[in-house]
Amino acid sequence: MSFLHYWRAMWGIIGRELWRFVRQKERFISALVRPLVWLFVFAAGFRAALGIAIAPPYETYILYEVYITPGLIGMIQLFNGMQSSLSMVYDREMGSMRILMVAPLPRWFLLLCKLIAGTAVSILQVYVFLTIAWFYEIQVSWVGYLWVLPALMLSGMMLGALGLLLSSFIKQLENFAGVMNFVIFPMFFMSTALYPLWKLKESSELLHNLAMYNPFSQAVELIRFALYEQYNEYALIYTSVAFVIFIAIAIVGYNPSKGMMVRKGRG
Amino acid sequence: MSIIDALSVENLSFAYGKKKALDNVSFAVGSGQCNILLGPNGAGKSTLFALITRLYDSREGKITLCGYDIKKQSRLALAQLGVVFQQTTLDPDLSVLQNLRYHAALHGLNGKIARQRIEEELTRLDMFERRKEKVRHLNGGHKRRVEIVRALLHKPQLLLLDEPTVGLDVPSRKAIVKHVHSLAEDYGLAVFWATHLIDEIYSEDFLTVIHQGRVKANGDINTVLALTGADNIHQAFAQLTGREAA
Repeated sequence: MSFLHYWRAMWGIIGRELWRFVRQKERFISALVRPLVWLFVFAAGFRAALGIAIAPPYETYILYEVYITPGLIGMIQLFNGMQSSLSMVYDREMGSMRILMVAPLPRWFLLLCKLIAGTAVSILQVYVFLTIAWFYEIQVSWVGYLWVLPALMLSGMMLGALGLLLSSFIKQLENFAGVMNFVIFPMFFMSTALYPLWKLKESSELLHNLAMYNPFSQAVELIRFALYEQYNEYALIYTSVAFVIFIAIAIVGYNPSKGMMVRKGRG
Repeated sequence: MSIIDALSVENLSFAYGKKKALDNVSFAVGSGQCNILLGPNGAGKSTLFALITRLYDSREGKITLCGYDIKKQSRLALAQLGVVFQQTTLDPDLSVLQNLRYHAALHGLNGKIARQRIEEELTRLDMFERRKEKVRHLNGGHKRRVEIVRALLHKPQLLLLDEPTVGLDVPSRKAIVKHVHSLAEDYGLAVFWATHLIDEIYSEDFLTVIHQGRVKANGDINTVLALTGADNIHQAFAQLTGREAA
């Protein structure tokens, strides 16, 4: 009986999130346009300027568009994770978060379901993006498209957990612009999404180190290797550990007695 | 003979930093009782509701729902509780039915039972015909009705309402007040209703008056009137809180 309760609640939460996403066409389109602009405009422009040497998982010289694709997949998931957290802050302000929180289930489970739901949405976006990229002749083998799925699940959960963590600390919706400037942009630019590590090292040792320890880089590398049917152990462990740390802090943040909710109280 | 109260609050205190919002609050709401929580703005009503719904935890005092401790047995306790919050908490982009199904899923109801109860409760409030409409297109009164339906789907023992009639027109307000009172009378549901509108109180109701974080009076209307020596609730409220009631 209890298992069925968890099961139904999980599908209820995932179903609601997917349905909302499909209904919000603007969100769907903007989630796709962002990486596509980077792919078609930015990457095409930089193709001539940047030479990419052969480095794993690539076995031949590749075009810059090919290099940047896993980074853009990461970008989709990063934005999605932050957007989910934005919707948590919004839900909290609007009150629908309270409906979730008064459900007779443990809070960690409810937060985990939210996270799974957000990740499912991001994976949907990624596959649509990969389909468009396929027509643009950025193609991997069919097996690669399958291999990447578990990588996407983990990276999506990790970035979603980061969003969740932030949402438990953000007081109001207005503060979200700060997340954009202080989280999304630095994470994206100081990573291996746009440039390989060795290239960063050429320009700055500090930037190289920051990128190396940036969990977003590891998520991108995990995706990059998985697309070529390879398994990057370091990236897997790093991403998993980051996920565990982020989710643990988020759960504490949403705990009614320990968390930040108490400080947000009014009236 | 001991009867377990639907809601029991014992020696509850809560502070935001140094500012005390609730100070040693105790009262109980029994089954079939409609208990009206009256208090001026800032009296601590919202804090009390946040504690009962476990948005916050209190460090001092105890809250039990049907005998279940909200902190130690929170899942069992929350299962007894149906809530209508002050702000509307429906998803405006989903239909009435989708909103209700989501809630049913959170409470682990199976599809058949959920469908049955949704139909039953919507019909009771004349909303069944509108089940496929998007919530965004409903007026304030209808949204409130859907929220009451939602709060009842899992057959709670206690219905908590936080100023549910704010911003509604007089007929919608009256309809909701009447419906909620009938729930207590006909089905033995315990109702705990925060309001500042005295005309929503029926003569058989119980009152809990709260002011500056303390319970100033608690009991049936006659008890409260006797306590204050007032002729009516307006006067009693003014005496207890030093303010005019709405």
